[in-house]
This record gives sequence, C-alpha cells and structure tokens, in this order.
Amino acid sequence: MATTNVARDDATGHLGRPRIVNEMSIQVATVNGSGSQSSNTVLLRAIFQMGVPVSGKNLFPSNIAGLPTWYTIRANKDGYIGRKKEIDFLVAMNPETAQDDVMSLDAGASVVYDGPLALDKLRSDLIFYSVPYDKLVAAVCPEAKLRKLVKNMVYVGVVAQLLTIDMAEVAKAIRKQFATKAKAANLNLAAAQAGFDYAKTNLEKRGVFYIERMNKTAGKIIIDGNSAAALGCMFAGCTVVTWYPITPSSSLVETMIEYMKEYRIGPDGKATFAIVQAEDELAAIGMVIGAGWAGARSMTATAGPGISLMSEFAGLAYYAEVPGVVWDIQRVGPSTGLPTRTSQGDLLSTAFLSHGDTKHLLLIPCSVTECFSMAQEAFNLAEQFQTLVFVMSDLDLGMNNWMSDPFEYPTTPIRRGKVLDKKDLEKLGGFARYKDLDGDGVGYRTLPGTDHPAASYFTRGSGHNEKSSYSERPEDYENNMERLNRKFETARSFVPRPEISKGTNAKIGIIAYGTSHWGVIESRDQLRSEYGIETDYLRLRAYPFTREVHEFVEQHERIYVVEQNRDAQMLSLLKLDLKPELIARLRSIAHINGLPLDARSVTDELSNMEGK
Amino acid sequence: MATTPAAEPKTNRIGLTVIDYKGGKTTLCAGCGHNAISERIIEAMYDMGVKPERVVKLSGIGCSSKSPAYFMNRSHSFNSVHGRMPSVATGAMLANRNLIALGVSGDGDTASIGIGQFVHLMRRNLPVIYIIEDNGVYGLTKGQFSATADLGSKLKSGVINDLPPIDTCAMAIELGATFVGRSFSGDKKQLSTLLKAAVAHHGTVMLDVVSPCVTFNDHEGSTKSYKYVKDHEETLQEINFVPHFEEISVEYDPGSTASVTMHDGSHLQLRKLEEDYDPTDRIRAIERLIRAHDAGEVLTGLFYVNTKAPSFIEMLNMVDEPLAMLPESQTRPGREALEAAMEELR
Repeated sequence: MATTNVARDDATGHLGRPRIVNEMSIQVATVNGSGSQSSNTVLLRAIFQMGVPVSGKNLFPSNIAGLPTWYTIRANKDGYIGRKKEIDFLVAMNPETAQDDVMSLDAGASVVYDGPLALDKLRSDLIFYSVPYDKLVAAVCPEAKLRKLVKNMVYVGVVAQLLTIDMAEVAKAIRKQFATKAKAANLNLAAAQAGFDYAKTNLEKRGVFYIERMNKTAGKIIIDGNSAAALGCMFAGCTVVTWYPITPSSSLVETMIEYMKEYRIGPDGKATFAIVQAEDELAAIGMVIGAGWAGARSMTATAGPGISLMSEFAGLAYYAEVPGVVWDIQRVGPSTGLPTRTSQGDLLSTAFLSHGDTKHLLLIPCSVTECFSMAQEAFNLAEQFQTLVFVMSDLDLGMNNWMSDPFEYPTTPIRRGKVLDKKDLEKLGGFARYKDLDGDGVGYRTLPGTDHPAASYFTRGSGHNEKSSYSERPEDYENNMERLNRKFETARSFVPRPEISKGTNAKIGIIAYGTSHWGVIESRDQLRSEYGIETDYLRLRAYPFTREVHEFVEQHERIYVVEQNRDAQMLSLLKLDLKPELIARLRSIAHINGLPLDARSVTDELSNMEGK
Repeated sequence: MATTPAAEPKTNRIGLTVIDYKGGKTTLCAGCGHNAISERIIEAMYDMGVKPERVVKLSGIGCSSKSPAYFMNRSHSFNSVHGRMPSVATGAMLANRNLIALGVSGDGDTASIGIGQFVHLMRRNLPVIYIIEDNGVYGLTKGQFSATADLGSKLKSGVINDLPPIDTCAMAIELGATFVGRSFSGDKKQLSTLLKAAVAHHGTVMLDVVSPCVTFNDHEGSTKSYKYVKDHEETLQEINFVPHFEEISVEYDPGSTASVTMHDGSHLQLRKLEEDYDPTDRIRAIERLIRAHDAGEVLTGLFYVNTKAPSFIEMLNMVDEPLAMLPESQTRPGREALEAAMEELR
C-alpha cells in the first residue's frame, strides 16, 4: 500500500521544519524521446501562471531516443532564474539513472519515483513518494501504444498535488501545449488528473516545499533565446538567411522560418525573404557574404564546429569589408565536444577568426530580451561597419526557456550604412571604395545592379588599394590595414556598452558576460549575505571593449572574470586591451562542466580566493 | 587639309560601344586561352545588348579567377576564396534576383577544392553562367595536375597522370544543370554562340571551355594543348543562335536541325552532325560523354538543354523587387505583429 511511504528518519523529514514557499528546484529525470518535454513544459507553465518566477533547463543527450535526459525547473520568488546546483525535488522516471540521481541528492530532498524501482531502499535521509505509473496510465489511456507518451503527464499531477500547484493551471497549460490536438489534450488532462488524485488519496506530504500564488509574472512571456533571436532578426529586416543544421543553433532558423512565413509573406503570397539550407557551413557563410555584398541583410546561425569551418570566409568578409550577421550558439568544444551542453568557449577563436590580422565585432547577449534587441544592433553594426558581426549566444540561452518581459518594438529605423546610389554617383561622378573620406575608417560602397557606369568596383580578398584595384605595393597594404584598424577603433564607441552594477564601497569587481550573468547576480547576493563580501559588477556586452571596461578595472583592487570556458578566454582578451599594470588585477573563475553556471560555484570559488 | 569627321562608333541595341564592355589589361601569359574567353564574353554581352551594370562577375582563386578583371569594368565583380564562388554567387542572386551572374572558375577551383559547392550549385539550378576555364593544370602554383587532367596526360617534367578525369559536364547534367556544353577557347564562333545562348537561358548554365595553358600544359604529351585539342575535337552540332530581338532569317530542316526556344524568346538552332543526338535527353548526353572519353575525343557542343525546369530563384517565391532594395515598410512587420507574437508566449 502506498501509504506505507514513511520518512525513515524524522530528523531530516518535514517535522518541525519551516515551510519553504516558491523557492525550489525540481529535477525530472526521464529518457529522451518519451514525451517528457511536453510534461515538463506544462509543469513550468503551471507554476508561471501562478505568478511565480520560473525557469526551465533541459539537460539532454546528443541522441534521438533512449538516452537519459534531465529537466530542471527552478521556481524562485526573488526572480533568480539561473541554474540552482542543489536539487530539492526529484522526479525519477528513468530506471537507468534513478540510482545515481537519488544518490546525488542532498539530505532532506524529496523523490517521486516509479513504484517498481523501489528507490526508497537506497537512502534513509530523503523523503520518498512511490507512484504506480503503469497502473494509473492504463486506467486513463486505453490505447497501449500511447501510454508511453502519456505516462509522463501523470507525474505532473503528482507533483502538482505534492507542491500545491493549482490543477486548474495545469489543465490550462495542457490545453495550451496541445492547442491543435484535442484528443491528445484530453488524454493528457486525464493522466495529470489521475496522478493528482492518486497523490491526494495515497501520499502524505512530508516535504517543506510549496508553490503559492504570487504576482511576479503578470504580462511576462516565456521564450527560448533562439526564438527570441529569430524574432529579433525578423524585426531587424533580415532578408536572406542561410544555414546548415547544427545543435544548438538549428531551432533559431527553424523558428525563424515559422515567423517569417507568418509575418513576412505578402497578400500576394510572395516572400520578402529567402531562407536557404546550404550544403555546409562554408556555403552558408559564403551565401551570407554574397548576399551582404549585393545589399541584403543576411545572416546565418551555427555553433562552434561551424564557426571553425567559416574561418576562411570570415577573413574575406573582414578584408573585403562585407556585412553579415553570424549567430554562434556556443556548445562545448573542442571538436565535436559535448554537442548538447553549454559553454562560452568560442570567444577567443571567433574574435580573431581567420588567418592574418583579422578581428571581428562580437555582441554578447545574456537574456532573451537581448537576443531580440541585439539582433537589430547586429544588423545595424554590420552595415555601418561593413563587416561580419558575431552574436555570441550559447546553448543555455538559446535552447532553454526563460521568463521575460515582453519585447519592445524597435524604436530606431533600420540603418543601412554608407551606400551610394545612382543619384549620389550622378553628383559625385565616381568613388573610391576603400578611401577613408570621413576619418572613421569606413569607406563608401555601392550595390551591384546600381544603374550608373561608375557604380562598379572590384571586391577581392587579395591586396587592394583605395580604388579596390589589385595591389601588392607595401604602402597600399599598410595603409589599408591601418584603416581597417581605425574602423575597428571607431566601432568601440558604437557597440553595446557594458552594464555596471555597484555595491557599497566594493574593492572587488566581477566581470562576466552572456549567461554567466545569472549565476553572478545571485552569487553577489550570496557573497554579501554569507561572507560580507561586497562586489561591483560589470557585464560585458560586446567586443571590442568600450572605455567603461578600462575604468572599471582601474577602480578595483581585484577583478574576478567569471566565464564558462577552461582557458579564461575573456580574461585573455582583456589582457590584450588593458594597460600592463592593470593586468595583474585580473583573476579567473572558470566553469567548464557543460552545465549552466550556478551561483553556488561562483560564491564558493570567489570566497575561497578571497581567503574566506 | 580638311579633317575627316570621326566615324560614329558602332553601338549595340542599347546604344553602348564595345569599349563599354572592356576590362583592364590582362596580366595572364601571352597566348593564354583565358584571354580569348574574356574576348568572347565581351562579344557575347555586347551582341546581346546586356547592360553591364546588371552583370556581376564572380570568381574563386587561380589564373581563371583573375580574368574577371580583364572584361566588363562597368560590372561589379567579386574575386572570392578558392573553390567557393558558387556560394557567393548564390547569395548575390538571393539578394538581387535581377542581376545576371557570370561565374568564372578553373578546373582546380571547380573540380578539386570547389567540387562540393559546384555540385550543389548545379543541383539548385541557380540562374548563373558558370564557366570553367579548363587547362588541366594549376597555373599559379606552376603546373601541377588538376582533377580534369586526362588519364595518361604528361606534365613537362614527364609525370604521367594516372587518375581518371572528372567530367564536369557529365556531372552537371546528372546533378540538374539545365544548359550544359563544352567548347574550346580557340573556337571563336562556337564559344561566342554558346555564350549568347547562355545569356538567354534562365537557370544554371555550365560551360566547360578547354583553354590551354601555354606555359605549363601546351607540350607534346598533354591532352589539353592547342595541338591536341585541334587534332581531337569532335563537334556535336553546328550551333546557330537567333536572339529574341532579331528575325529568324534561315529556316532549317526540322529533320536535321533541333530548334530550342529559349526563355527570353531567342532561338537556338542545332544542326546535327551526329544522327539522332537529342540535346534534351540527359541519359544520351551522359552516355555520349563517356564514349568520347573512351575514344580520346575532345567532344564539344551543347550537350544538354532544359528550358522547362524551374530555377532556384523561381522556387523561392520571392517578391519581384530585389530583396536588397526592399524598404523598411516591407522588411519590418508592424507593432501588431510583435504584439501577436508576444501574446502567443504569455
């Protein structure tokens, strides 16, 4: 009988412990391809609908079906949405990993498990809830072949009951999830209800975690970074998208295809865009460059291996000065690495992608909001500076669900940069493509097809003079390279500025970027409350670095650079830029296990390095 | 002495002189076949009355890929990276569907480093005129064999090629190119005619033009020398091209002549030199190419033409105006679109 589930050690059980409301992490361990993604999304949305800030992170294998996958939902009343290291509530559905999953929990955590797994024998310091899934699902799902998919919805009901999540919100989330499939919606509703009813009748709540209604999600949206980027690119006026499928970037373009079909096809059925699946990443970037050269707002999305392949073309775009936008949804390298885990490991190689003296503009979003807004900045900067702009997202940002304020409609018009048209040429008579008329290092270009005899110029990756003619003259080469450097220096004042947050008289500064932000902001609060360590914080949003970065380092005795790679890549980039006497102030906190950075890891390491 | 008034320069149907189609001075070797091809391109574009500003010249890396600098200075040009011109050309055509893309490549640039992009360009039937200036060797690196070198062909150093050649025409036909032929840089009439017909075609034109390398591959024992090609050339048809803006003056006997109506209304008349050769039959075309290799022939002519297949640009169903020129009002959806997208995410 299920009611025999009794905590083995009351000292670590619920008795006498205070309730913990809207502050917990729930981990669901399943097998990939089993439909658990729908269940997890429903659970996430139900909590969100109750007004509780929430985030979901999918830890999945590079595989289609049959391998372990974990989904972590974090609910946090204070709005921390980074990964939490400790698991408070485990839903153990995968027999293969169940034992390890249970053994890795901290004492006092709760475990909901499939009855036959008998996990309650493993430890005496956890709270166990046994659920007879097969029996429950058989009762609500007559079709045997569907049971595997519906089974996972049963735990949603169980968890809802145990954590006091409102079943009405679960039902609403199920209807949203299966909006176009009435039969599936009804089956799943029944499964969730069966789990809820079972838990209500048979399981005695002994954990301390509760979800209660609050009002911190009103008006907010839930979206993944890749979808946000897709929307951003669409509203940026992107017209040409080329791609080669690669995890974790594929969903960016796939979502974009859906959005573009919905919003960028005219009443006559004609598209104001072209999206082409290329034969490889070399072709994808080649098409971006061809299209950018001919005047389209062009982009591609890829991950580290694709970036490596694009290297030669990236140098061409830098040297021949062709605009384009490249999204790098970073995953763990080197080589194939861990294709489904997150990292910030492409910084250094992308900043200098290609041979010779090449360098590129990088934008680094930390949130879905910035995926949306930086998409627009990326296209504007690419055309303003006639160069590639790389947007350095990552798997955690790109593929996980994030809560956000709704995106704001762009307030600035699309900027196409220095382009001469027929009328300009009629006035000027001609032009020199690579002449620095304005002192900012940026020349004027014309687009192919411009109807004027003086419009054409010769674009080449070989040495050229101001008039874009082939040249091997030493002074032509040197002047051109110095001008390109001038252009890069100009860009410093136009790329997104860092975001700075001050503590109280802090002597210590933290520099981080991208998704490391979420762990860092929570860690700063932990450092203050647990160790009395005050910190200032600068979040980088672009490369090259702006003036504020130098000032920030000057203002602090020690700077901790927090990032998700082994070799302290951003710290290395900072070293190249900073005055020599400032370099010694930099210290690295590097996180490289492929999981999103959590606050606790930062707090532990920083406090340790501070001798606390 | 009375001065004679200068004669009005001859102009084409859009009022341009042949000078308007010229390029810079060539830096290739004297006698290089590539220079002759540049001349034929100038002729064809002039004769067809193509506006130079509508043309984009694209190339990869190599001697051949330098040649766009030597014709049509009034056209934009892009000398890209080795073997990757097809992707750049594709991007340019996506951005501006009104352009006429002329790609110039070489046998190394196409058949070795660029074979991947070549294959996919052919497969897409992108509107582009893709010319291979084919001499069987790498010129800029001083004469190594390329992948189109024939079996048994000999380098100056005496090295014999012991691998079979890639027939770029057979590949192009199999993969989906819709206008495929081979010519010879020394055959003015045939090459000029094929190039004019290429301008009239909407889809991928693939022309492999044997173009001897006078410095590294024009000796006894080479199968890409002027002498070898002249001695072994087999011509499939006599080709007559009547552009859409001219009347058909000579009617041919339909029994001995295949007539093809091009996309722009031009006519291509192919007087058969080989009985029953049908240039719309892919299988026969490939079979004939294989037989030519076995017989040691340099087979030239129009091997395959298909005016029915949709081009890549047509398949994409884009607006008529080039994407590059669309105003913000057409490329940035309104506020209500963003609001609708946000609502779905709440």
